[in-house]
Order: sequence, then structure tokens, then C-alpha cells
Amino acid sequence: MTPLLSVRDIAKFYGQRIGCTDVSFDLYPGEVMGVVGESGSGKSTLLNCLAGHLPPDTGEVFFDTREAGLRDTLTMSEPERRMLSRTDWAFVHQHARDGLRMGVSAGGNVGERLMAVGARHYGDIRAAAVDWLGRVEITEDRVDDRPTAFSGGMQQRLQIARNLVTGPRLVFMDEPTGGLDVSVQARLLDLLRGLVREMGLSAIIVTHDLAVVRLLADRLMVMKDGRVVETGLTDQVLDDPQHGYTQLLVSSVLQV
Amino acid sequence: MINVSNVSKNFTLHNQGSAVIPVIAGAELNVASGECVALTGASGAGKSTLMRMIYGNYLAAGGQILVGDVDVASAEPREILALRKDTLGYVSQFLRVVPRVPTIDVVAEPLLLTGHSREEARARAEALLARLNIPERLWSLSPTTFSGGEQQRVNIARGFAYDYPALLLDEPTASLDAANRDTVLALIEEAKSRGAAILGIFHDIAARQQVCDREVDVSVFTPEAA
Repeated sequence: MTPLLSVRDIAKFYGQRIGCTDVSFDLYPGEVMGVVGESGSGKSTLLNCLAGHLPPDTGEVFFDTREAGLRDTLTMSEPERRMLSRTDWAFVHQHARDGLRMGVSAGGNVGERLMAVGARHYGDIRAAAVDWLGRVEITEDRVDDRPTAFSGGMQQRLQIARNLVTGPRLVFMDEPTGGLDVSVQARLLDLLRGLVREMGLSAIIVTHDLAVVRLLADRLMVMKDGRVVETGLTDQVLDDPQHGYTQLLVSSVLQV
Repeated sequence: MINVSNVSKNFTLHNQGSAVIPVIAGAELNVASGECVALTGASGAGKSTLMRMIYGNYLAAGGQILVGDVDVASAEPREILALRKDTLGYVSQFLRVVPRVPTIDVVAEPLLLTGHSREEARARAEALLARLNIPERLWSLSPTTFSGGEQQRVNIARGFAYDYPALLLDEPTASLDAANRDTVLALIEEAKSRGAAILGIFHDIAARQQVCDREVDVSVFTPEAA
């Protein structure tokens, strides 16, 4: 089987400091990988390098494109990469306002992404927007409201709808449940899990919340000081951690 | 179906002076299709640890763990996930579920993952829940708020929903009343007769004697204290 994403030796330095280094992995279709580690461990730097938001200093990121098979996305032309990030890729930001257009209605936010890939029929776009808002549990009567009138949890769900409406194959998520209260988190997790299963999505989820990865991720990568210290099946890494840092991380979770 | 050979396991506690605790060495075990084997030994002897290694939940330090033709001790995460989906089932002592997911869906999930239709999965889940005496009014609720015994029965229903060729059972009859215990033992008998290879931990001696063909004492795999 061809991996959907194949990452080789990614490194990013901030001057003398290591952002992340020596990161290599393969992600297969339908797999969800969690990246965990404390603040400053390089997990967001890595995600931004993979998604093309930040140029890494070394390394390759191969993506199995629909047209031409495995292509290095770092050496692609800018228009090609932009097209990829509108169609087969999606990026869910920690702060919904970074991923939404706050001055445009909820329906417009979802519709805009469809228009970016060529949809022009107003009725179809609106129907698709309403359908997707329904899937993320935003009722039809809120379609014309702006995200500024939404709660944090609703904004996050709107961001997810905006990202998934074009049927991407790979979703990058940066702390998708960060900053939300626990009941909203549970709802969002349940929603994400359902969507990932139904659509057969592959995803890379960066978070410091181990409960989130236990529910969502098939496998786990643990980072410390910019390096990967442990990888494996999610429940194996959490229940039988091998590296000292992972053991510390797992044993530091407060029991409710 | 399940072949364990020369398996060892150590726990290294990096944050407690890097203490290395050897827990299992030279473990040998075979479970054929249609057979139920019990793991025995005192508490702490390593029964659950061995079972968890077979499921891929714990990492083996050495040796080979074949389930079908997959070596769990050296397989990639996605191979283990595929194995768990269609070959190897596990009923743990604790139910771990996503909040908000209804009981009926929790039980039907293994069937949906293996390509059964929604109607078929639901019908099978309903039949199992009814057999295990979970009242119908609870089926649409999340099991997170259920009593310990009810959660245990939901867990069992989920474990038996799909006909796994190999099944691991960690104390399936603990905290159950007599009627439910008999139902679980009947489910185990049915799974055996359809050809499942079953490995179980039973503290309930009568239950063990009723369904198990052989016993394997794990304390013989406990390394000598250094």
C-alpha cells in the first residue's frame, strides 16, 4: 500500500535553536496519528512544516496526489501547493478565528471553500453549506449569522465544516479542542471521530491532551525538545510507555 | 491460532531510579481454534500482562506472539489495528467509550467496522443486549453512567458482537449475578463451537472448570528475583 503522506528527515531551526529535527514517518490512508508533547516540544513547528505553512530547513514531504502519485510538496510550485491545501488538505487551527473569515456569514465561510475549487451554482453551494453545518450540529437558522455571533465551540465546529466540505483526504489539526470547556470538547471529539470514520480521512492531530489522542488517534508520536522520542500504537504508548519522558507525561495526568 | 513462544517482558521505570522489573521470561502458550485456555496464577503473576502483550497493548521485550500469521511482538501499528478489527477481540475489565455514544452503537461498532450492514449490526447488538439483561430503555443512552455490572455486560456484548477467530477475556464473569454469569458462559461455549480460539482469565473457579479445556499457570514464567 502507498502511504498517503511520507515524511523524511524534516528539520527546522530557529537560529541556533532546534524547532524540530530528524522527523520521519509514513501515514497511510485512513490512519489518524497523534503528536503529543509539552509546549515547546516542536509539535506545532512540525505540523506547520508538513502543511506548508513554514519552510523546513531540510527534508521531504511526499503526498500521494490524485494526478501524479507521490510528489514532494516542498518543491511543488506555489499554485500547486495552494490548490492542494484547498482540495485534498485541510487545516484546523487551534483558534477558530485563524481559520475562519470573521466578517463573512457561516454559510459563506463554508461556501467560500467550495467556490475556491470551482463551484458556482448558488443553490448548490448553499445546500452543501446547510448540509455541512447540520453535520457539525449548527442549525439552518444560523447559516446567515457571522461567526462573531457564535460561541467558541460553535466557531470550532464551523471551522471543521469549512475544512471538510471539499472532501479532503488529509486533515492537519492543531489542538482542535484546546481552550474549549470539557462538555464542548466531548461533543467535538465525538463529532470528529464520526467524521473521520465515515469519510475515511487521514489526520495528524497535534495536542498536549492525552485523553484526546486516546479517543481519536490510531498511533502516537511523542516529541521532546524537537525530537521524536517514542512512536507506536496509541494504547500501547499510553499504557506501556517505554521512554522516560513518555512515562513522566502519562503519569502526570490528573485522574478525575 | 494463538502461539506465544519465548516471550519476555520487563518494566523499566525511568522516573524511579531507572528500576528494571522483569515480570515474564520464557512464556510459552498455544491456543488452538475451538479451544478455551485459562491463564492461572496468583494476583501479580502476570496474567493480564501476558494477555495485554498478545493484544499488542503492552510491548513484548522479546519472543514471538503469533495470532494467525501476524507476529504481534514485531508488527507495525497498522497491522495490529487490522488484526484487532477482524481477527482478535478483547474483553477488558473496564469499558472505555467516547462520551455521548449510545450503548447500542457501542455494541454494534465492531460489526460496522467489519463491513456488516447497519440493520444487521443493530439487530445483533439488540439481541446481545437483551440476552445480557440490559433494559431496552438504556440502549439509546451512553454507558458512561451505567452501574459497574451493566458496563461489564455492555463490554461483553461488544466483545461478542463480531465473531472474532481469536478472543481474549479478562475476568468476563467478575461482578455479574448468577443469571448473567450463565449467559456469558453460554456465549463462550457458542464461540468455541463456531471455532474461536479463546484465552481467558477467570478467578471464578467453577466458571473456569465449566468452559476451559486447559489451564496454563503463568507463575512458571515469573523470572527469579535477582
